[in-house]
Amino acid sequence: MNSRPSILIIGAGFTGCALAHDLSLRGVNVTVLERGEIASGTSGRTHGLLHSGARYCVTDPEAAIECITESRILSQIAAQCIEYNGGLFVALNDQDLAYSAAFEQGAQATGIPIERLSPQQALQREPNLNPNLLAAYTVPDGTFDPLRLALAFAATARQNGAVFLTHHEVQALHADGQGRITKLTAWNRHTGQQQTFTADLIISATGAWAGQIAAMVGASTVVKPTPGIMVAYNQRLVHHAINRLCPPDDGDILIPQRRMVVIGTTSFEVENPDYIPITAEQTEQMQRAAEALVPAIANTQRRGVYMSARPLIVSGSSGRSLSRTFKCYDHEALDGLPGLITITGGKATTCRIMAEKTADLACQKLGLSAPCRTKDVPLRSYRLYYS
Amino acid sequence: MCRFDPIASIIHNHGGTLPTLWKITLEILRQRQNQPPHVELFELEVDPDENVLDCIERVWAFHDRSLTFRHACHHSTCGACGMRVNGVEKLTCITPVREVTHPNGVLRVEPLRNFPVLSDLVVDVSGFFQRMEQTQLSSIAPLSQAKLPFEPNPPTIWQGQRLIDCIECGLCVSACPAANTSTSYFGPAVLAAAQHVYRQTNNPTVMQLVNCADGLWRCHSAYECSAVCPSNVDPAWRIMDMRRATVAHSLRNIFKRPNQKVAP
Repeated sequence: MNSRPSILIIGAGFTGCALAHDLSLRGVNVTVLERGEIASGTSGRTHGLLHSGARYCVTDPEAAIECITESRILSQIAAQCIEYNGGLFVALNDQDLAYSAAFEQGAQATGIPIERLSPQQALQREPNLNPNLLAAYTVPDGTFDPLRLALAFAATARQNGAVFLTHHEVQALHADGQGRITKLTAWNRHTGQQQTFTADLIISATGAWAGQIAAMVGASTVVKPTPGIMVAYNQRLVHHAINRLCPPDDGDILIPQRRMVVIGTTSFEVENPDYIPITAEQTEQMQRAAEALVPAIANTQRRGVYMSARPLIVSGSSGRSLSRTFKCYDHEALDGLPGLITITGGKATTCRIMAEKTADLACQKLGLSAPCRTKDVPLRSYRLYYS
Repeated sequence: MCRFDPIASIIHNHGGTLPTLWKITLEILRQRQNQPPHVELFELEVDPDENVLDCIERVWAFHDRSLTFRHACHHSTCGACGMRVNGVEKLTCITPVREVTHPNGVLRVEPLRNFPVLSDLVVDVSGFFQRMEQTQLSSIAPLSQAKLPFEPNPPTIWQGQRLIDCIECGLCVSACPAANTSTSYFGPAVLAAAQHVYRQTNNPTVMQLVNCADGLWRCHSAYECSAVCPSNVDPAWRIMDMRRATVAHSLRNIFKRPNQKVAP
């Protein structure tokens, strides 16, 4: 009998890397197969807001509570790649101001500490804000470097024995004689060779692409790729994450990052998230939204425009009303396909808890009782992924 | 040779206005692991405001799934997508096609120099990241320490922190003529990182790390690193500054009285 149970993870975005870290700490033999590089799908292109949860405290309290809990944990274990400067919610018109009551109530109900500022106080903290703002609230937001956050999880997982195979694209999943999914074929894109891998369990952490992996064995499709556009500008005009005080909407968040500010985002559905074009209309829409928050954007050069496909959970509704929380699918219970688990949905901010819940399910299936330790283990330097 | 490229129909399907498209030839230097490189041509219709990385991603999405390249953030914060574009090091995610070619023009894309090539446009950055790690450069710094010292402080009374400028993209290493002659040379980014750490901490250990033939003294002041740096690091200035600090430190050591402690 072989000593340690083995798990194959498909996908090295935030979820796959955090999951590899979690399972390695629990003593599982982990191999991660990624068709591109670390974080080269949705994760790398994420907006970069470490959500306090305030954005969702009215519309999606469950996601808000996840965010406030997890952003505090990440600010401890992954401080190496987080600008933890806090955020502001600003009201620019009467409609925004009318949202205050619901916002204060939602923040209180979800345990997110906020503080109301007068327009003068807000402008003192952020002189580039729209001078016509009517009110502002402080929130414990932060911003992070997407690639380095994923690398930090992967670096720590590697230290504990996880193996990362990048540029390995999974082409087929195979069932054994008992109908258990235990084998997959991957294409090594460095060499052009095909290789098969076997394990006790296979976990798809492929986010917006989860439907494509599930379809390989006829498992339920569970996710709706919902991209959004982001525009980066060439000057750090603010130091807080600036949110519009309104229900989640297009272009409602402007974050600082290095010497830039980045506005996001839109929301629409696509079938195939492999390539999503950028339209001039959406870029202009973001520009207007950014200028409303910080008028100086009008005189600032654009630096980058990019798209990222969120993996939103299918729940009958669409777009903005889809939940931002995550779901772990046990395909044994759902489709009679033992051996396969899918984790998708969620947000970058909640990747650690997504990994914890998925690892809990995996360990239960493997008969392992090791508890999750990721809350308390500071991540190694992201650079050590390359050690 | 190329399959139907759906850029026009995709933009249309997303309700976008069709921009004036350019026909260009993307020449990509391709290489399977441990095999000799060859050039492959892709005829593309592109929006001249698209970035070079978008074109490369489109080749992968619609023409050739075997193409390998590094990328993550697509807005110059991660440093993964550095390549040579028409012979010059570029962060391809913020390099519009319009800036590097013309209608019916050629875009030649090659992997960074002075790194081992794993395949196509993917280089092995392991050795580079290990050396960066030796400097112990923190990727987060107070706002006043994250900038270049001759830049003014941010015009705010409020003091926060931010991710530092160096995104470890390796463009400076690729452009550096000294790195091209010696694989053991630390390269501009590592020396700049050492300077940054030394000016933050005055820690002599990091000075010792780079005060050697493969460190500060291999640089022969070509300044190519600062010319290609996409992120305001100015490695050449930092190397010169670190040389000054190292020479000053050594001189103080020569003239120090016996048993006198010398400030670093």
